[in-house]
Parts: sequence; C-alpha cells; structure tokens
Amino acid sequence: MEQVIANGLYLGAQYALIALGLTLIFALMNVLNFAHGQMYVLGGFVTYSIYGQLKLPFVIALICSGVTLAIVGALMEKFLFRTVIRRSKREESTMLLAAATAFFLDAVVLLLFGEKQRGVPKIISGVFVSDRVILPYDRILVGVVAIVMIATFMLFMQYSKPGRAMRALAQDRIAAQLMGVKVERYSMIGFALGAMLAGIVGGLLVSITGVNSGIGGPISIKAFLMVMIGGAGVVGGAIAGGFILGMMESVGLTVLRAYGDITYLVIFALLMIFLSIRPHGLMGKPWG
Amino acid sequence: MGSEMINRRSTLKSLALGAVSLLAIAAGGTFSAQAENKMLKIGFVGVTSGPAAAWGTSNVRSMQTRADWINETGGVKIGDDTYNITIVTFDDQKDPKRAIAGMEKMAQEGIRYVVGPNVDDGAAAVRPVAESKGIIYFPYAFPKSLYVAPASNAVLGMVANYQSGPAIYKYLKENKGVKRVAFIAANESDPLSQRDSGVAAAKELGLEVVAETDTYQTDTRDFTPVLTPIMQLKPDLLVLSGVAPANAPLLIRAARELGYEGLISAETAQDATVLQEGAGELANGFISVGGASTPEIRTPMMEEFIDRYIKKFGEYNDESNTKVYALEYIIETLKANPKAIDDVEEFKKTMDTFSAPNPYAKNGTLKYVGMTSFGQKRQVSVPMVVTEFKDGAFQTLFVGEVD
Repeated sequence: MEQVIANGLYLGAQYALIALGLTLIFALMNVLNFAHGQMYVLGGFVTYSIYGQLKLPFVIALICSGVTLAIVGALMEKFLFRTVIRRSKREESTMLLAAATAFFLDAVVLLLFGEKQRGVPKIISGVFVSDRVILPYDRILVGVVAIVMIATFMLFMQYSKPGRAMRALAQDRIAAQLMGVKVERYSMIGFALGAMLAGIVGGLLVSITGVNSGIGGPISIKAFLMVMIGGAGVVGGAIAGGFILGMMESVGLTVLRAYGDITYLVIFALLMIFLSIRPHGLMGKPWG
Repeated sequence: MGSEMINRRSTLKSLALGAVSLLAIAAGGTFSAQAENKMLKIGFVGVTSGPAAAWGTSNVRSMQTRADWINETGGVKIGDDTYNITIVTFDDQKDPKRAIAGMEKMAQEGIRYVVGPNVDDGAAAVRPVAESKGIIYFPYAFPKSLYVAPASNAVLGMVANYQSGPAIYKYLKENKGVKRVAFIAANESDPLSQRDSGVAAAKELGLEVVAETDTYQTDTRDFTPVLTPIMQLKPDLLVLSGVAPANAPLLIRAARELGYEGLISAETAQDATVLQEGAGELANGFISVGGASTPEIRTPMMEEFIDRYIKKFGEYNDESNTKVYALEYIIETLKANPKAIDDVEEFKKTMDTFSAPNPYAKNGTLKYVGMTSFGQKRQVSVPMVVTEFKDGAFQTLFVGEVD
C-alpha cells in the first residue's frame, strides 16, 4: 500500500503542476485554454531539443522551455485572445479560438518534431529501494521540484505586485481597472505565466515520460478534470484536484484491478455525482 | 511624374509577362516529360497523427520513397503501358469514422488499391466501402474475419500476432525457461484482441498465465501505478500486447524501475530510436517482432531503399522494413496480370498463383499466403523477424515464415 500511496503522491504533484497554468488563465481571462496540453508538448520538445539533442544542461533546457512558452503565451494573448475578447460578446468565441489554437499547435509540433515518441537521458540514475517502497531518484527529484514550484507560484501570487494585480483581476476585472491595475498588461503576464508553467512541466516530465506530438489533447482533458474537481479558477483547487486525481488513479488501479479497467469509469462516475452536488468543485470561487 | 508611373507600370507588366512565360515554359517542359507515362494512383488510409502515428507514417514514407524511386527511374511497365506512381494519402487519426471517409475518398478518386488502415476497428469499418466500391486494401490489422471468406478484398500486410506470438513464446519457453506469463494491453480493440489471442497461445503451450485482464488507458503517460500490482505477481515474461511504439519504452522503463528482472516482449513492431531514447539500457533484452529485414537477409535493393528513405526523411524507421512490401506486392501483381489495373477480381484471381522474386530479401519469394490462418491467400509473405533490443539496435533472434 505504501507503494500505491507513493505513486499517487508523485502523480498528484505532476498533475497539480499541469493544472496550475490552466486554472490561472481561466481565472484571469475566463478562457478555457484547450491548447494547454499542446503548450505542455511544445515545452517538452524544447527541452528534448536542447537537453536531448544539443546536450546542454537540463536546467538550461528547462529555462528555455519556460521562456519559449511564456513568449508564445504572451503573443497568443496579445494578438489572438485580446482581440477576440474585445470584438466578441459571446464567451464561446474564446473557446473556439482556444480549440483552433490547439489544433494549430498540434500541426506545428508534428511538422517541426515529427510523429515519434521522444525521450531524453535520465537526469539522475538509480532507484530508491526499501522494504515497502521503490521509487526512482529522478521521480523523487521531479516530485520535489514540482512541489517547490507550486509553493513558489503561490508565494508569487500572494506577495508580489504582479501576483496581487492578477488576483485583483481575477476577483473583479472592472474594479481592478478602476483601482489602476493595467488590465491588458496583467492579462498578458498572466497568460504568459500560465503558458510558461505548461512549458516547464512539459520540459520537466520529458525526462520521465518522454513526449510525442499526439499527447496534447489527452493532457488538456486531464487538466480540465483536475480543475473541475478543485474548482475552476482557484489555485488551491487545482492543486487539490491534481493530488486527488493522482491518488484516485493510483489507488483505483490497484484496488479495482480484479474488476478490469474500470478505474477511470469509477473516477468519472464519482466526478458526475460530485459535480451534481458541488457544481463549482471543492473550492469553486474566484481568488480573494 | 505621369510618364514615370507609366514606365513603372509597363516595366512591372513586362516582368509579370516574363514570369508567366517562364512558368508556362517550365510547366510545358514538365508536362511533356510526364506525358509519356500514365499515372497509377495508389491510396493510403491510416493513422499518421497521434500516439500511433509512427505506424502509418512508416507506411506513407515507405510508399513515397518507393514511388519516387520508381518514377525517377522511368516508371513501371504494366502490360503495354508505363506508369508513374502517385501516392494519395489520408490520415484517419485512428478513428473508424474517418477511415470510412478516407476509403470513400479513395473510391471517388478511382483508386483500386489502398494500403491501410493500421488498426483493427478502422480496417473492419472500411470493409463495406472497399467491397462495394471494388477496392483491394492491405490492412495492418489482425481480425481473421477480414481475411476469411466470404471476405475477399482485404490482404493482411504483415505477420499477425497469432502467428508470431506462439513462435516467440515457444522460443522463450525452450531457450529462456519461461514458465509464468503476464499480459498487459491498452484498453482498445487492437491490443485487447491481440492480448486474448496471446493468452490463448500461451495457455496452449502450457505456460501459466498469471495476469490476463490488466489494461491501461491509451493516453497513460505514467505506467508505474498500472504495473505495480502486476510486478508483485513475479512473472518470468511480461507481454505488452499490441503496444504502440510511443508506449513501449514507458512501460519497459516503469517495469524495470519497479525492480522487474524478467523478460519483456511484444508482438508489434517497435522503433529502436524511440526505445533507446525512452528507456535506454533498461530496454536491453526487449523482444519484439521486427521489421521484415535484417542485415543478414537484406539485398542491395533493400539497402538502397533504406538510403533513399533516410535521404528523403532524415531518419529510418525499422517498421518500414515491413511496410515497403505492400506497394511492391500491388505493383508486381499488376505486372503479372495487367487486366487487374482496373479490375480487382482479376487481381484476386492472380493472387492464388502469383510468385515473383523478393527484391528485398535474399533467396526470398513474393507470394500470397494465409491458407493455414484464413483458408485463402489473403496475406503478403514477408520474413517474420523476431528481434532482441540491445544497446540501441535490434539484433535478430530468429527468422521465420508464415504459410
């Protein structure tokens, strides 16, 4: 059972990190970013190219993934989402734009990096073995990095000036504007930050699970699942959703093994019941 | 000012006319060169995007490489006419609905011979279209119903898992002392049907099957939770039924990191680079059905095909050792019976007696097989190469043949 819990905690940490960027963009702009998974994939391929192909240090590759995606996110916000939000009164316009962006990024990634699964050398070799738990050191490292990044992100949102401005935006866009918050600037920073998180987690996990051009869609769906559990637009909710999903997956795959592949069936059934009772998720309210 | 503008306009007009004339001359030259040969369109309907994209992409790239090569050397003579080959492709995204749309598209274009689809449900879905529109297709899918009468338009393009599986298990039982086997498959039709036939074959050989219902979602990225309970059963052999090339290294790595020291095998073709990048030395010893070629049995023509493929696409895929064959079988059968070029019934008649030298394997023969498995010749004969992965490359364990 200890192994199952360790697996769940590790999965939860990586899931939470994936969901953070998605929920941030939703909170700031009310945009369901369907391209979140594709941003993760792009981040993974940047790290693959720099660390796996050019053989530069992993940390540099990870920074490049973050910076590349931050730029992509900022450009997307400035030239696509901002324009559509300004011109369209219908909320689904941004959803359609996000879906189109996802397909576009899918095609770009396929063209640039090909169809194959790609992986990089392990960042740390070796496996921690005890009587009850077996955990490779690289997973332990990635789990710790994920938790440190989540903590850093929360501190940034809580205490930094841009963090406070973004929280204000998420609470009430018009009030924030009246209080002197530069809405456009912080929307762009928020979108870039969300995309950067997707890129970094993609880069981080390429060392464990590799990356291929077709995984963007499923990753987006899983991220939405976590956000729905925790409550859309709430950072704490995304983290809780990530850990809950990770733990449910790990426990379900062991406990329900005898009944076939019903783990996700059970998870979805529970989610439906849960959402009918708490449609806003666990912490479903804006920040503040 | 006015005359300057007129001058500029007439200069621009002259330049445009010149460019159009040059294009016309160039196009005329091209048309006159191509006018000598007729065009033979061969279709492809299969998956070239998503996690299983490597399967279809290796098909398309093999077909395009071979078609370019044929066209470059003057085309192929079928009967009294010489043809250039044009490959028409359709990505079905592993979706049966799109596969049907793809096959409909091929029919609309008047295409009689199609390679693909790559998976079971896609191949089953296109059957009514292929049969009603008179198309012969070469799926990489294993359901016997596609190849057993009354079905007659599908020709299996590779060795099926129920043909390779028993051979692999027998080899491992006799040579590596395997007694306990565990199966794991993705929760979708192809891997599940491959798992079921693998389980049956293992039981028939007297092996103890310790896990036969374990599955994983196709979009799984971390296989540690899935494999944890199976590893506790301590099998001698872990079979990754129908595993996609993208998932194989992840499964191998997760199993090894959980301390598994037994053998791991798959009956689907894999990619050496993907295994090396994803699992590194942890993939050493992994057994799979390789592409239908090894350095020992390869002809110079196969070597040239690989060179051309690498020049065109940058990186070779071991699966293309098998995927190169479908187009070759279509062309050689048409050469044997030119009437089949627009009459698939003629093609079917020829399949029963067709035989030609295998240009890709030493001492090999191109012929249709499948009598034992399907009761009729609805399978291309390709060498069944079982390989073991070692230090970034596949090494041949043994080479077999299907009758």
